[in-house]
Amino acid sequence: MTDVHIIGAGIHPFGRHDGKSGLDQGVLASRQALEDAGVEWDEIQFAFGGSDAAGNADALLPRLGLTGVQFINVANGCATGGSALLSGYWAVKSGEFDLGLVVGFDKHPRGAFNPMPEEWGLPDWYGEIGLMLTTQFFANKINRYMALHGVTPEALALTAEKAYENGARAPHAWRRSPVGAEAILNAQMISDPLTKFMFCSPAEGGAALVLASDRKMRALGASGPRVRGAAVRTRVKGSFEVFSPSLDVERGPSPTELTSQAAYEMAGAAPEDIDVAQIQDTESGAEIMHMAENGFCAHGEQERLVRDGETKLGGRLPINTDGGCLACGEPIGASGLRQVYENVQQLTARATGRQVENPRLAYSQVYGAPGLSAVVILEAQS
Amino acid sequence: MQIANGLFDVIEGRPRLIAARRKADGAVAFPAPQGPDAELFERFHLAPRGRLWSFTVQRFRPKSPPYDGAETAADFEPFALGYVEIPGEIIVESRIVVSDFDKLRIGMEMELVVVPFRTASRGDVTIYAFQPVGEAE
Repeated sequence: MTDVHIIGAGIHPFGRHDGKSGLDQGVLASRQALEDAGVEWDEIQFAFGGSDAAGNADALLPRLGLTGVQFINVANGCATGGSALLSGYWAVKSGEFDLGLVVGFDKHPRGAFNPMPEEWGLPDWYGEIGLMLTTQFFANKINRYMALHGVTPEALALTAEKAYENGARAPHAWRRSPVGAEAILNAQMISDPLTKFMFCSPAEGGAALVLASDRKMRALGASGPRVRGAAVRTRVKGSFEVFSPSLDVERGPSPTELTSQAAYEMAGAAPEDIDVAQIQDTESGAEIMHMAENGFCAHGEQERLVRDGETKLGGRLPINTDGGCLACGEPIGASGLRQVYENVQQLTARATGRQVENPRLAYSQVYGAPGLSAVVILEAQS
Repeated sequence: MQIANGLFDVIEGRPRLIAARRKADGAVAFPAPQGPDAELFERFHLAPRGRLWSFTVQRFRPKSPPYDGAETAADFEPFALGYVEIPGEIIVESRIVVSDFDKLRIGMEMELVVVPFRTASRGDVTIYAFQPVGEAE
């Protein structure tokens, strides 16, 4: 079977862009990815695209060119971008296609999301009494985790501080000014123990990747990281997810743990082999919990790792080198692809100002509603 | 009037949440399923006490819809919420009634109460909540 490579990557900066639609940002990211790969749109054989709140992704076609290309819209909650990439990976891996584009973009209204109970199969009273908030879920999850594993509010603040430090170094990030741990701890409380600066915000942006088979890459004279593993998994019985009026007494693994194991197995790699990681940080507690769920440390070890700066640039395992969701915001359709974009920059030594030294394996993990995770492991081209 | 039918009963002056056990495998569900799935389950009352599994505080007024509280952003009072483990049965999400948020500790004993809730759409209703045992005294 052929290997799958990412030979081009493009991004429209994340943030707020008045006067620019989500679609505009998807078009720009796609054109940049094509240019980066050195291929023309009419050479592209397939595309998978997703947007959660900015319209049909295949509205890109009139803008990029009506070539008749098979374009498939992907909608998979917070893993929409990751799922578009996985679909493209399968298309090339199967031998059916040689060259394709995966793209995600979004533009969300300001402030917290306001989902309706009915859309989630829940009774109206659940929303009426004020329990239909994603922020509460994250706060409940980290609060219990902190009690069980000795993680402190200071570790939450240091994690957010690192995000803003890294974001200041990434041209595509939204929040580009450092914020100190003290200011983060003392900011407005949103849902205890999480303050305003510990949460990411819904945002706008677009990201796109060009995928090619080994053979096609060589024929084009192109190059790029190889996809070593890619997986999506959904929640199982006993996992704790957003919008749960009740939970099983018998607890089970999280979708992230399952996805992570599947991706390591595909890649034939272990957590200690990873040189740089982008992991879901909807809030700073999520990054801390995901460090363990992705196998990078034992539960409870995060406190020391964070205090010792092990996850900062220059640390043992730099995490969220572009500031993650905290500094970039979370346009759902693009977020998972933004992580892979950043890993491509790292593996091709183009992450100016935030470059990790000679990384070989790069890991990314996106997690979200309704309880799913997507992981991609990339290897630098030797 | 309760905020919704089939959520809790008051038996001899004490509230009890209505859960359901799936006939096929005994899996416990809360709230009890309504509609076509209801016949696959047998309803029962959860024990009225449990232990605090996790909690947080809602510090800003949730967006409407779906939130139906009658208060405005200006007069909104933060409320606690979380999960209470009913031993051997299920872990239930609930509003939490407590005089001082700092008193809440994971593992503390909690009891079910019924409290008033003022809606914007239909006036005063009652909802279930949990409070630390001894909070009422």
